[in-house]
Amino acid sequence: MEDENKQNDKTSRKDFLRKSLLTGSVFAAGAIGLNALSSCEKKPGEKVKMLTADGKMVEVDSNYINNTPSCCAAPSSESRQGIPGKKYVMVIDLSRCKHALKCQDSCQKYHHLSGMNVWLKVFKMQDAENTAPYWMPKPCMHCDKPPCVKVCPVSATYKREDGIVLVDNERCIGCRFCMAACPYSTRSFNWEEPQFLHESKGMAYSPETGFPQKKGTVEKCDFCPDMLKQGKLPHCVTACPNGVFYMGDFNEDTVSNGSETVRFSQLMKDKGGFRLNEILGTEPSVYYLPAANRLFPFIDVEIGKGKMEKGE
Amino acid sequence: MEEIKKEIKEKEAIQMLHEYNDDLLPKKFGIIGKTWTILLCIVFLTGVYCYINQLRNGLVITGMRDFVFWGIYISNFVFFVAISLVGSLMTAVLYLLKISWRAPLTRLSEIIAVAAIIFAGLIIIVDMGRPDRMMNMILHGRIQSPIIWDVMVVSTYMTLSILLLYFPLLPSISFCRDHMKGIPKWQKWMYRVLSLGWKNSPEQYKIVKKAITILSVMIIPVALCIHTVTSWLFASTYRPGWDSTNFGAYFVSGAFLVGSGGVVAGMYLLRRFNTSYDKYLTNDHFDRMGKLLVLLAMVYAYFSINEYLIPAYKMKGEEASHLNELFTGYYAPLFWSVQFFGMVLPILVLLFKKGRKPLPMFIMAVFVIVGAWFKRYLIVIPTMSFLPVQEIPEAWKHYSPTFQEWAITGGSLAGALLIITIFVRYFPIISVWEIAEEKGISEDIIYKHLHESNEK
Repeated sequence: MEDENKQNDKTSRKDFLRKSLLTGSVFAAGAIGLNALSSCEKKPGEKVKMLTADGKMVEVDSNYINNTPSCCAAPSSESRQGIPGKKYVMVIDLSRCKHALKCQDSCQKYHHLSGMNVWLKVFKMQDAENTAPYWMPKPCMHCDKPPCVKVCPVSATYKREDGIVLVDNERCIGCRFCMAACPYSTRSFNWEEPQFLHESKGMAYSPETGFPQKKGTVEKCDFCPDMLKQGKLPHCVTACPNGVFYMGDFNEDTVSNGSETVRFSQLMKDKGGFRLNEILGTEPSVYYLPAANRLFPFIDVEIGKGKMEKGE
Repeated sequence: MEEIKKEIKEKEAIQMLHEYNDDLLPKKFGIIGKTWTILLCIVFLTGVYCYINQLRNGLVITGMRDFVFWGIYISNFVFFVAISLVGSLMTAVLYLLKISWRAPLTRLSEIIAVAAIIFAGLIIIVDMGRPDRMMNMILHGRIQSPIIWDVMVVSTYMTLSILLLYFPLLPSISFCRDHMKGIPKWQKWMYRVLSLGWKNSPEQYKIVKKAITILSVMIIPVALCIHTVTSWLFASTYRPGWDSTNFGAYFVSGAFLVGSGGVVAGMYLLRRFNTSYDKYLTNDHFDRMGKLLVLLAMVYAYFSINEYLIPAYKMKGEEASHLNELFTGYYAPLFWSVQFFGMVLPILVLLFKKGRKPLPMFIMAVFVIVGAWFKRYLIVIPTMSFLPVQEIPEAWKHYSPTFQEWAITGGSLAGALLIITIFVRYFPIISVWEIAEEKGISEDIIYKHLHESNEK
């Protein structure tokens, strides 16, 4: 069944995906009833498989899919520049996280990640026996002194002027030294041919989106620079129902979690922000707010039962 | 009267030279030698087959995953680099110290070094996720990365080692070229090409000797560098167990130990399968190598104490969970066996004169080598497997190498042994002219008569 579809839809899907998925509108585009394609060369009645916002695989008539032009993800060569004048920071409010994992789900879907490679993990933390447990989402720290960038032999991972650390999987040689060097264990490796490759097949690769993934290369959280370029927030930020994540520009001193926009310095001052493993001197771009005055009581769930076990 | 004495002495010396030449010509393998070679070929080709499979399917065929992302390929790489250091020790350090008993051991240790460093280079490529992009290291190489340092020193060391093997080999090859009869055409051709038109003239000897001295001086810092830089691949990270300033010295001292173990094992096997080597690899050589092994093992013990006991005194958080796994946890049986058999027992046995006889020496050498291999396993893997990490599948938390991974690793070991075996089959493994110098035959006689044979 899948094979048949694959053959039928090969060209049309390829075409569609190249043009529309790159813009990051894959989930929204899943909704039916959008404008018919104007520059449509496809025959009517052709079906295209796609993911909806809530993770279901549906078949849609290709005529009902909106084809938005790709604008935002730069190819490997240009992705090294960064967005001028910006210095992105993320703030994660631990007092608001209840392990809903919406951030992780949207990250996985948006980046076409297979079950084994998880860029954003949510850990159950308990610092000592007598202290209270809390949930801690952990993206890439996008360190200002990144140990991974320091050790990369081919500059496949690099720090941009806007503070974002990216991986170029067209250059990565797969030595995994960056994984050894990263004290936050944020990096994943494509041990086999990526599972969800069929979804992103034929799309132009950009380190700013990380897909299509490639076998034998390293990948990690990228702060969604293609969204930031459009003035939008990364997917984890918008997906979180509790406003745990704030994203913003350090230079403008503003961060936003989608519903509220606040002064970064004020937020740090009011809530006592901190960074992980400050002692290592890596200077992360991700700040945490302590798990005090929590929105939710801590309800224990067995960790790792999410993405991993389902093998999505 | 004086002149007659001198003449007799000269005649004796010439006779000795002829004898050496006949004894030390490479000989055809017997049934054991042939079986051994075929066995090595089979293991090597199995490894090649599995590697082709890995190229096709990716590193997923190994037991490595995101959590334990370096496995036995890397520990095997460290092992190869370690054992290759012996070339510089035996040929360069002992040569510059003018220690004469080293003469029959130089070529053996140098071929071990060359075989090991070649496969160190190959196994590190095997570990790469994208070996097809190897050129990126030249096109986009970053001098800040310890991997680039490793590429540079390993290739430099490989070049120097090959030259240090090849230059003293020239007279021997030319002797084979002129005196070996009844050999196939290709073998004759090989000797002719490799001997580079060696004429056995005193000038050529002088040039070769000068080259050896220069190479010996050059290779010592490079040898220290290869293993120190290899240790920095680990020490430059933040991980408990790797994050150690002791690592360079610790690695180098362990490397000298395992390399010398390799030479002892090689000496024993050569004697065992070719009795004409008895005269050259004497019990005295074993005795001296035994003393050297004790010294090296003690130095290694010193750095091991620094490496484990001082962190264990503090038992700092993450460091403690790593050390507990080694001392009393999952890896404890392996850890203590390796410490005992690979270091303590050889010291105890080889301290005694009876322990320095060939057979007990061989057994200790095998313990040292096998212990060293597993020691590298313990240096590389436990560090990654016992950090408290969540959100990964249970199967990823413990690393156990897959069959194919073992096959590729075993193939690399077999490949290195194959290089040594083939070398022993086709080239004199003991250098006649260096032996002659060791025995005190004057240079003039060597230059004049080395190239003669009794057969005429």
